[in-house]
Amino acid sequence: MTAFPLPLADIFGHWGSYGVYALIGVAFGMTLESAGFGNSRLLAAQFYFKDMRVFKVMFTAIIVAMTLIFLSSSFGLLDYNLIWVPPTYLWPGIVGGLIMGVGFIIGGFCPGTSLVGFATGKLDALFFVMGVLFGIYIFGETVSQYAVFFNSSYMGRFTLPELFGVSYGVVVFVIVVAALSIFLLAEKVEALVNNRPVAELPGWARPAAGTLIVLAAIVMIVGQPDNGDRWQAIAAESQPRLDGREVQIAPAELLKLMNDQKIKVIPLDVRAEKYYNQFHLQGAVHVPLDEVLAKAEDLQFELANTVIVTISNDELEATEAWKVLKAESVPNVYILEGGINKWLDTYASDRFRKENKIHLRELEQLAYRFDAATGARHQAAEPNPDLLDLAYTPKVILELKRAPVSGGCG
Amino acid sequence: MSDSSRAKPYMNPYLAGTLLGVVLFLAFFISGSGLGASGGLNRMLVYVQNAVSPEHIDQVPYLLKMAGGDTNPLDSWIVFLTIGTVFGGFISGLIGRRVKFETNKGLQINNGTRWIMAFVGGGLMGYGARLARGCTSGQGLSGGAGLSVGSWAFMFAVFAGAYAVAYFFRKLWN
Repeated sequence: MTAFPLPLADIFGHWGSYGVYALIGVAFGMTLESAGFGNSRLLAAQFYFKDMRVFKVMFTAIIVAMTLIFLSSSFGLLDYNLIWVPPTYLWPGIVGGLIMGVGFIIGGFCPGTSLVGFATGKLDALFFVMGVLFGIYIFGETVSQYAVFFNSSYMGRFTLPELFGVSYGVVVFVIVVAALSIFLLAEKVEALVNNRPVAELPGWARPAAGTLIVLAAIVMIVGQPDNGDRWQAIAAESQPRLDGREVQIAPAELLKLMNDQKIKVIPLDVRAEKYYNQFHLQGAVHVPLDEVLAKAEDLQFELANTVIVTISNDELEATEAWKVLKAESVPNVYILEGGINKWLDTYASDRFRKENKIHLRELEQLAYRFDAATGARHQAAEPNPDLLDLAYTPKVILELKRAPVSGGCG
Repeated sequence: MSDSSRAKPYMNPYLAGTLLGVVLFLAFFISGSGLGASGGLNRMLVYVQNAVSPEHIDQVPYLLKMAGGDTNPLDSWIVFLTIGTVFGGFISGLIGRRVKFETNKGLQINNGTRWIMAFVGGGLMGYGARLARGCTSGQGLSGGAGLSVGSWAFMFAVFAGAYAVAYFFRKLWN
């Protein structure tokens, strides 16, 4: 079972977890300041090719962090699905980036660096921070004028390996090698612009670069865990819950949840389309079993009070879907006990059951005959919860969402 | 306070970058959230706005998310990360004897010009960072290491924007 990232709020409590973030912030501030990022003139020198410190520090940090993230993911230590990857809003990001670039050369800082500049007494950083606050204020006042653009070109959690259709390891390796090559070029450019010989690299630089390349190569060779690997990693913990029937919820519990205003239920109908057309629950989302994996990513980003219930005619396919989602770290997933067939046994009218019961059938086929595609127009698609008050053993326990719903700049 | 002649030199950029990368990795490894800066400033600002004019907050959808009703805008991890960043910068500055009231600028402008430009540039940065849903730390560093397509496009845009106009502002820095 991948233990990281930690569920900080579970371990330290709501406010206690903020203490951890404060400590991370201290380390962040210390490294930024040591790098010279409190000094605006040094930062601006980047854009006249005199001192490419901004580029060097930033991309060294990115390739080091990236390699460590995917290396620990390769070996099942870290769950990449629970890592905040900023969703892509392509054009607002690019336009915002261009504006920031202009702000960078005029103001001499970016928001993070201005904080450490301000902390070390740089008066220009103080004015910059006030400017940032003013800019944010203006943004808050004006964004509703162009909300359509602000929310445009949304691509969700979209990564470079998905864009180029190659593995994560290949992208990691290529970026590491490219960045290291560009560093060598940057050294030459600095020498040329400042009219001096190329600076000596410190003795550890080449071994460190070599180590990073080797680690990136290991990431490429080992690869990232697929859904099967991920299930294997949690099977020891999750299979007993399946066998102990801790996650199979009774039709009556599902019905109660569907009528609970505080809970968002997603009935995930994983059956073939013909069954879905014949009959499905009100509000059911149709995702055939082989598409469940692709849907997992969207389900990660549902609100914390969301309960997902996988549904098939019996339980077999629903259990497969449950395993897929569980392995992808989707929280609050349950299985409809007995599937649609038990649901119809419970909630279809006596007359319907008497007239349409199929006595000889195979597993995962419908136990009732539907002459037309009734979909959710059937009487049992949305039963009145007050008419039939059945006892059941409640099994749904909302777990705290572990996938970060915000990150980066929160 | 110390005079600049005793200030220790800045760290080798590759070493600083490696340390920053390890911090960034640990931030992800422990919390899953990465690093950021502008979001913390945003929430502090909204806190003040909410204290001054709560009715206004309740009319603007963008602000409503952070401070609508009895939501406390400071009740967020990013605020504490930001406070930590300021402390960390101060500690590191003390250790390196670099804490000093001064204004860094090019030789051809006076302090007043530098301060005005810092405010204007900060304004653009703050505005752009909110439009891009993150600043150089949150989008650039964190999203870049996590291989987000949008973050990489954003990073190239920041460098492109700065290089495109750097020539016109050379007097500020040279």
